[in-house]
Amino acid sequence: MLWFHNARLIDPEGGTDAVGTLLVQDGTITERDGPCPDGAQAVDCGGKCLAPGIVDMGVQVGEPGAQHKESLRTAGLAAARGGVTTIVMRPDTDPAIDTPEVLEYVTRRATARTPVNIRAMAALTRDRAGREMAEISFLLDAGAVAFTDGDRVSTDTKVLSRCMAYARGLGALVIGHPQDPGLSYGACATSGKFASLRGLPAVSPMAERMGFDRDMGLVEMTGVRYHADQITSARSLPALTRAKANRLDVTAGISIHHLTLNELDLGSYRSFFKFTPPLRSEDDRRAMVQAVADGLIDVICSMHTPQDEESKRLPFEEAAAGAVGLETLLPAAMRLYHSEGLDLPTIWRALSLNPAKRLGLAGGRLAADAPADLVLFDPDAPFVLDRATLASKSKNTPYDGARMEGRVLATYVSGVCVFDAQEVVA
Amino acid sequence: MTFTQDHLLGIEHLHPAEITAILDLAEDYVALNRSAEKHSRALQGMTQINMFFEASTRTQASFELAGKRLGADVMSMAMAQSSVKKGETLIDTALTLNAMHPDLLVVRHGNSGAVDLLAQKVNCAVLNAGDGKHEHPTQALLDGLTIRRAKGRLHRLTVAICGDIAHSRVARSNLILLGKMENRVRLVGPGTLMPKGVEDFGVEVFDDMKAGLEGADVVMMLRLQRERMDGGFVPSEREYFHRYGLDAEKLAYAKDDAIVMHPGPMNRGVEIDGAIADDINRSVIQEQVEMGVAVRMAAMDLLAQNLRRRRERDRLRSISDE
Repeated sequence: MLWFHNARLIDPEGGTDAVGTLLVQDGTITERDGPCPDGAQAVDCGGKCLAPGIVDMGVQVGEPGAQHKESLRTAGLAAARGGVTTIVMRPDTDPAIDTPEVLEYVTRRATARTPVNIRAMAALTRDRAGREMAEISFLLDAGAVAFTDGDRVSTDTKVLSRCMAYARGLGALVIGHPQDPGLSYGACATSGKFASLRGLPAVSPMAERMGFDRDMGLVEMTGVRYHADQITSARSLPALTRAKANRLDVTAGISIHHLTLNELDLGSYRSFFKFTPPLRSEDDRRAMVQAVADGLIDVICSMHTPQDEESKRLPFEEAAAGAVGLETLLPAAMRLYHSEGLDLPTIWRALSLNPAKRLGLAGGRLAADAPADLVLFDPDAPFVLDRATLASKSKNTPYDGARMEGRVLATYVSGVCVFDAQEVVA
Repeated sequence: MTFTQDHLLGIEHLHPAEITAILDLAEDYVALNRSAEKHSRALQGMTQINMFFEASTRTQASFELAGKRLGADVMSMAMAQSSVKKGETLIDTALTLNAMHPDLLVVRHGNSGAVDLLAQKVNCAVLNAGDGKHEHPTQALLDGLTIRRAKGRLHRLTVAICGDIAHSRVARSNLILLGKMENRVRLVGPGTLMPKGVEDFGVEVFDDMKAGLEGADVVMMLRLQRERMDGGFVPSEREYFHRYGLDAEKLAYAKDDAIVMHPGPMNRGVEIDGAIADDINRSVIQEQVEMGVAVRMAAMDLLAQNLRRRRERDRLRSISDE
């Protein structure tokens, strides 16, 4: 039995940020703002913030297929240090998570090796190739929380519509990557003055809206539950507003990188700033921050994509895309708190409550009966990030050398402490 | 000391005074190149390696000649047939060559930014001989020198750059250089060959060539690669020549004393009429080639001076540390 006191409780459900106490028993939250019962171990939070653990929707783990970039164990360690209590794996492994057998293998290994919860998304089509449907029903039974081909955008709308119609019958969530595949082919930057000056192949942000519009047509046609993995451009927002107003079952996410960085960060071809979709203009970035504040964009995730040095130390066009983010998600999100005026419950709604709700998971709340997946953090603690200190096997973070504020002090999964900053220091 | 650069990666990094310093020194080398004794000792004892990951004839020959006339030991590597084909990464190739202690590396590569990346990994002076669609600084400098000699100045001129702007590193370097030297730059070409956001570069954009050439002092034509004319970017060669090929009729819209430039190699009858390319009163295309050698000699001379100074400073520092 643990009794947390002297804590700022960040409750995204109630939208509150107030000092209180929390009682945890058998891995579950049992009482809020009550007194310390006999026999409970008191945990003094020192006036810092206690929030539901982050549910990170869309993490790439290199297992199976690329353990040299990230294994389930290192991803789990990074998550614990970053306050992420549930990793939601992307199926873009090798082989892809497209059969119940692979899913079972991953789940079994994950349970044995990671201190945090791991859930997996499965591929929508076999080998994520966009041709034949995966065994959606079997995969659901094996524990898949959603279905996606990742950033491989289907070019065959007939196949996609059938997958969606089939998924609709099972109540499965389909996650799309809104992008027009033709326009975005070969692009590694957002078109505009900067990309033109740098001479990089670029794609208009309009390609994202076109992809989203297409998917909305299919959603309207099939009635499937749909989540857009990343909406990153202001041009897509009216379409998202319209879809929600039309009562389509649609949500949208964005990576923390698109909320805190813009295209100018590419500087002189820094490949750690190469993302899919590419970083956008500052106007877009600010529009996205506002969309998160308004609740139009539902989910913030890390889009954790480990890449080894060899994949990144190449000319920009040839370098691999993506960045690790499990450990930097929380401090980077604190930039929204310190510089953009978002309050902590709003940020946690997108980091924790909404992804849990969308995926049908129990976490993301501070209410009684919720699992005791918690993160204790100091939103103001400053530090300079040194990428060598990251727990991930790959160190490809765009925040290397950046001044950040916000440190995780402790992480609890089902009431068990899986990370304590003091122990690490000592 | 006006010229402070360690590398020549792009016009973007140069101050107008540095551009002028290169051009002024290049004038001396033009005179040297026209004399009987075409030799200087500026790069005496130094090693220059040319790494061309993309095929090149004139630029490579020009750099090779420039190095030899300055007294350097010059080695040209045809990278297309080298270990790159065996899967070696750019950085490993660079480190391998770096271990042989070159003083000047001249690099051309098909990817934008590849030369910048390479410059971070070696400890000699790096010259960008063209990277992807990014920059080709020595071309812009030789164009600047050619204009200055023909027009008597390199400021307050109206320069029309015509053709495939989107895929051209020559166009990028030129519009940056001409902007820094305070000229009016016009870009002429169809929308498919115009980079996005180009209006923000402080240039005027024209779809119609006659309007774009109206009153221009300099007409700079760009090469259009044939594979872009098969319906992908332009419907056909003949339609392109009709709208954007430089002929006497279109040239008549420019000033009477306007000069015609082309970075080569030319597609006669596609972007430029053969008669105009050969018109000794208007075309300065051969002069551009001549200026190329002189400008490259000047740039390498200045970089070598800075390299010697830097090494001397490091040497003194290491002695004082002991």
